[in-house]
Amino acid sequence: MNAENQPILVLKDLSVAANQATPEQNLILKQLNLTINAGDFVSVLGTNGAGKSTLFNAIAGNLPIPTGELRLNGHLLNSLSAEKRSRYIARVFQDPKLGTAPRMTVAENLLLALHRGQRRTLKPRGLKQQRANFQRLLATMGNGLAEHLDTPAENLSGGQRQALSFLMATERQPDLLLLDEHTAALDPKTSDQLMAQTNQVVTEQQLTCLMITHHLEDALKYGNRLIILSTGQILLDVSGTEKAALTKTDILAYFGQLASVEN
Amino acid sequence: MSMIVSAIGQGLLWAILGVALFLTFRILNFADMTVEGTFPLGAAVAVTSITNQLAPTAALGLAFLAGAAAGLITGLLYTKGKVPILLAGILVMTACLSINLRIMGTSNISLLGQATIFSNHFLKSLPRYFDSVLVGLIAVILITGLLIYFLQTDLGQAFIVTGDNPIMAQSIGINTDGMTILGLMVSNGLIALSGALIAQSNGYADVNMGIGIIVIALASIIIGEVVFGNLTLNQRLVAVTLGSIIYRFVILIVLQLGFSTNDLNLISAIILAICLMLPQFSHKLKLDQLFRKGVSRS
Repeated sequence: MNAENQPILVLKDLSVAANQATPEQNLILKQLNLTINAGDFVSVLGTNGAGKSTLFNAIAGNLPIPTGELRLNGHLLNSLSAEKRSRYIARVFQDPKLGTAPRMTVAENLLLALHRGQRRTLKPRGLKQQRANFQRLLATMGNGLAEHLDTPAENLSGGQRQALSFLMATERQPDLLLLDEHTAALDPKTSDQLMAQTNQVVTEQQLTCLMITHHLEDALKYGNRLIILSTGQILLDVSGTEKAALTKTDILAYFGQLASVEN
Repeated sequence: MSMIVSAIGQGLLWAILGVALFLTFRILNFADMTVEGTFPLGAAVAVTSITNQLAPTAALGLAFLAGAAAGLITGLLYTKGKVPILLAGILVMTACLSINLRIMGTSNISLLGQATIFSNHFLKSLPRYFDSVLVGLIAVILITGLLIYFLQTDLGQAFIVTGDNPIMAQSIGINTDGMTILGLMVSNGLIALSGALIAQSNGYADVNMGIGIIVIALASIIIGEVVFGNLTLNQRLVAVTLGSIIYRFVILIVLQLGFSTNDLNLISAIILAICLMLPQFSHKLKLDQLFRKGVSRS
């Protein structure tokens, strides 16, 4: 077994409820078991309410985990705060507004993310020393971001903002990258562009990545593994050649099956 | 002439208040009412310290610490106790009213015959009112300089992003609660320090000297923004001081028009209200376009 296939993220009997600590609480994730190996690029599909976002929130530390285990690189994460987890886990949100600081410039945003998960001290920030690096990094996105080093993030287009969020999440290689429908708010052309760049960075840096998406084409085209979530459990988990052979009709069939079960 | 110098001196001394409030009002993006309690708290601590034979500079230090402690309580109520920030500020402000009376033992203490930072030989040799200009200038330059340095450090950037986008800040590992508490502590420490300076300049501390303080601080910030327009963060901090001086001139003019000092709070509120509405109106009435047209024609 080579390092590529080492399990990196392990979810064991993970249950997470909405409306926790109230009588109406209902389980969104139900004793979920999932093992993600190092270098896996996983597309996560599922209907609304299937628990995709809850899964991400539980992994990132924005939702407490009442039962079950969440391990990253063998370490138990259950009680680690979201701030502490950010040292290992990076996330890109669906909403372009969430991922960047609007009044800070592109360069300032990149600098902040460069220290992701580190202790912040009274050391001068050293933005000048990083400018050339940032310029080079922004140029890789090929959407004009490189000319906006000193532009406040609020003046960027949605696509540029998401590209910036993506760079911020990956500039310091995370152990785990969470992409939460990061192209969903963009027009089809911009979305395809960002998706292609995402694929390039994830493969080049051999990142371990979970990507929620509603684009079936993207889910089929990119990544080595695909899972479908339904009512808090994993309905389908395919990888490798089996995943490559999967077609849109197969997936739609699964969703059709879901609909008939739910009705 | 002496009235102009006096206005500049007062503007500089009061500017610290605006600079301190800028940290919470403009960077953390909320109105911190604690200010109305920590300003007289600083005055009370400083004046009581001086009447107990403490050095005037040590009195300033103690005032800062007292203000920071009050800011810490507001911060804990807000971040850990989940009390809405406006209410948390009002609670601590109200509590301060009793604390200030406890500290002073009476509602008003005079510094008559006591040594203050203004009773230095060199300052006394200066023409009238120039002492407050000099002290105010040194204090403003020192505090603004330190804050500008702080905001350009890694910690300062983490503080700024906490106000700008707390969700993103958290996702890159910044302890947003810690940053909010830090901001409230530094801000209220500086506000108490400014209360201590004003008390020494006025020669007394009064438990009621905090009333309407937040409006004066906001006026400095807003006037600075309205007059100087689009600036970088560092420039905006400096603009607060200029706003504070302009505000003093406006007050001077209003008093010259025959209004009494009893009307000052009403006038302050009206000035602030006008300045707050100005961006809205200038947009509606297309004042900015009118100005630009005027410029391009000439």
